[in-house]
Amino acid sequence: MDDCLAKKMEITVSEAEKRTGRNAMNMQETYTAYLIETRAVEAQSEGQCAPVDSLWRRYSEFELLRNYLSVTYPHIVVPPLPEKRADFVWHKLSADNMDPDFVERRRIGLENFLLRVASHPVLCQDKIFYSFLTQEGGWKEMVNETGFQLKADSRLKALNATFRVKNPDKRFTELKHYSDELQSVISHLLRVRARVADRLYGVYKVHGNYGRVFSEWSAIEKEMGDGLQSAGHHMDVYAASIDDILEEEEHYADQLKEYLFYAEALRAVCRKHELMQYDLEMAAQDLTSKKQQCEELATGTVRTFSLKGMTSKLFGQETPEQREAKIKVLEEQIQEGEEQLKTKNLEGRDFVRSAWADIERFKEQKNHDLKEALISYAVMQISMCKKGIQVWTNAKECFSKM
Amino acid sequence: DTSLAEVNSFSPSVPISPSSMINQYKFEDEPEVRDLFITVDDPESHITAIETFITYRVVTKTSRGEFDSSEYEVRRRYQDFLWLKSKLEEAHPTLIIPPLPEKFIMKGMVERFSDEFIETRRKALHKFLNRIADHPTLTFNEDFKIFLTAQAWELSSHKKRGPGLLSRMGQTVRAVASSVRGGVKNRPEMFTEMNGYMETFSQKINVLDKIAHRIYKEEKEYFNEMKEYGPIHTLWSASEEDIADSLKGVASCIDKCCKATEKRMAGLSENLLPILHEYVLYSEILMGVLKRRDQIQSELDSKVDALANKKAEKDLFSEEIGKLEDKVECANNALKADWDRWKQNMQCDMRSTFTNVAEKNLRYYEE
Repeated sequence: MDDCLAKKMEITVSEAEKRTGRNAMNMQETYTAYLIETRAVEAQSEGQCAPVDSLWRRYSEFELLRNYLSVTYPHIVVPPLPEKRADFVWHKLSADNMDPDFVERRRIGLENFLLRVASHPVLCQDKIFYSFLTQEGGWKEMVNETGFQLKADSRLKALNATFRVKNPDKRFTELKHYSDELQSVISHLLRVRARVADRLYGVYKVHGNYGRVFSEWSAIEKEMGDGLQSAGHHMDVYAASIDDILEEEEHYADQLKEYLFYAEALRAVCRKHELMQYDLEMAAQDLTSKKQQCEELATGTVRTFSLKGMTSKLFGQETPEQREAKIKVLEEQIQEGEEQLKTKNLEGRDFVRSAWADIERFKEQKNHDLKEALISYAVMQISMCKKGIQVWTNAKECFSKM
Repeated sequence: DTSLAEVNSFSPSVPISPSSMINQYKFEDEPEVRDLFITVDDPESHITAIETFITYRVVTKTSRGEFDSSEYEVRRRYQDFLWLKSKLEEAHPTLIIPPLPEKFIMKGMVERFSDEFIETRRKALHKFLNRIADHPTLTFNEDFKIFLTAQAWELSSHKKRGPGLLSRMGQTVRAVASSVRGGVKNRPEMFTEMNGYMETFSQKINVLDKIAHRIYKEEKEYFNEMKEYGPIHTLWSASEEDIADSLKGVASCIDKCCKATEKRMAGLSENLLPILHEYVLYSEILMGVLKRRDQIQSELDSKVDALANKKAEKDLFSEEIGKLEDKVECANNALKADWDRWKQNMQCDMRSTFTNVAEKNLRYYEE
């Protein structure tokens, strides 16, 4: 991991800016551009600060980068991008893409994405990734020149299509199940968390009403007045405290969301394996049937029904020369087929091996990150309770002086 | 002797038997020693051809001489409590008679005879009788004594003896008429202040009641969402190996939070909500008391005016006026004393109930 990019280079997405421009159809559009700053780590010696390079990128360019990486490295679990549109919002947050809070959280998510790629042992060495960080102009053209879109398998997009694969690697089948479960459980969790946040917000905010009424009531009371008034102040503090608490929780939600999207990436790798296996099995099947055909032609026995066989019976046998020609063609095809099958087998085994290595790496990362996220969530809850204890202790004192 | 009774914050949520109450008070250093202990419990439903109703058992233990016995057990229904309240209002128009629970509760669609409704009503009836017992004047009221001691048939025949429905209606009409006349000319400053206070108090207490109900509702919805939140973590832990324990840990913590929320809600519904509700009712009662005082005063004022105009029958009028002046003075004094007592009680109730809320919240966060 010593030579991964993240160690050599400091990467930050430091700013976000609203821009207007013209899109492909020459219509005006508003979008957000993000400033990527990079700075070489080694160049820093005592007191000297290395120069910062920077360039602006928009979300669609990040998407392009990720698509390129997914196609070019099909055996890698490619880190996900933050969501395109705000999802799992609770009522206070807006679902608007231009909302400053959303843009801010997206900025953090994009930075996180770049850091993940830069610390990946394989991905960090990619040249396109490096130029994404360092070369402002002409990057899009560079990516398209790699022709990666041609390599993309359109079948991967058809998520619901099933391919009857006879002998998939069991580990991948299990992994696919796991990624489905993970996706469903995290999205359920995020949904309920948003609802819980909503309700909690309600409880706290209604307490704020106490503040106003206590204050008004204290005006007509002589002995109770002071106690009421100060208690009311504490109720206001209580009601206001929920805003910060829930903002912190949003970070926790974002951490979970990253793994929700990671589940998709995991699933993609499994699908690639399935497709490779499918192609392999189809190729093997094709080869077997060709061999059979060849055998039949050579020995003249018809073991399987074929239209050719029927027509030749009806319209007369072929001449031996015709038969010879056919056999020759078939034999060539068979040879080709066998070569292809060998390559496919090798590729398949290579894929399984390297994919599984990355999956193991991913598993460790996931366990570590999720554990930390859960711990930080617990810490947040504890801090919320401590604040609650403080407020209500103060309020209790005020009440007892009434 | 209208000495202030000590303020006792009994909690009717646990039906304390009169005997245990006696024991409780024996060991306390109180200037006054309580000599009347009442409990309301054991609701029972009765079904007749015409109607279904609930009776409550009222147990009284006393050491007072005016009572023939030291222990009484009777059954009373809501109607009987209503009768008692109106008798007390009649006898003491300017004293603050404690509130009775309402006939129906529209909000929340509580069924008339649901267990929750009956229990809430029982607690309120218990408080009602005990507040009367604590009141320096009302506690010696004759109808109160009959209410506590008479058998069912005795009570019905006694009820029939009082001023009839028509005369009661007449009183109400006069009261409404006098309020329509709008204000009283010679109202002492003190009572104008009280009126002003009550108007604001009534407003604020109603708003507080609404706020407290709203908080309860929000907490309930929060609780419902939390109930779903915990199990998701358990479900997730089933797919994981490494982090399964952490997830299960979070799930169990969320469950604990749920339980703590339930306790907090129970604290609200047992303590704050009933008290706020009572004081909403009290504010209505107090407005009524102030109106009745005004009415008594206006009777006096109109007679004084009449005297100023008619010189004839001066003596007769003077006597009447003298009586009315006494009446007004009594009414005013009674109200003033009672007012002070009520305010003290209110302060105490508010203090203790809000402190209780604070404590419940503290416990919640600690757990």
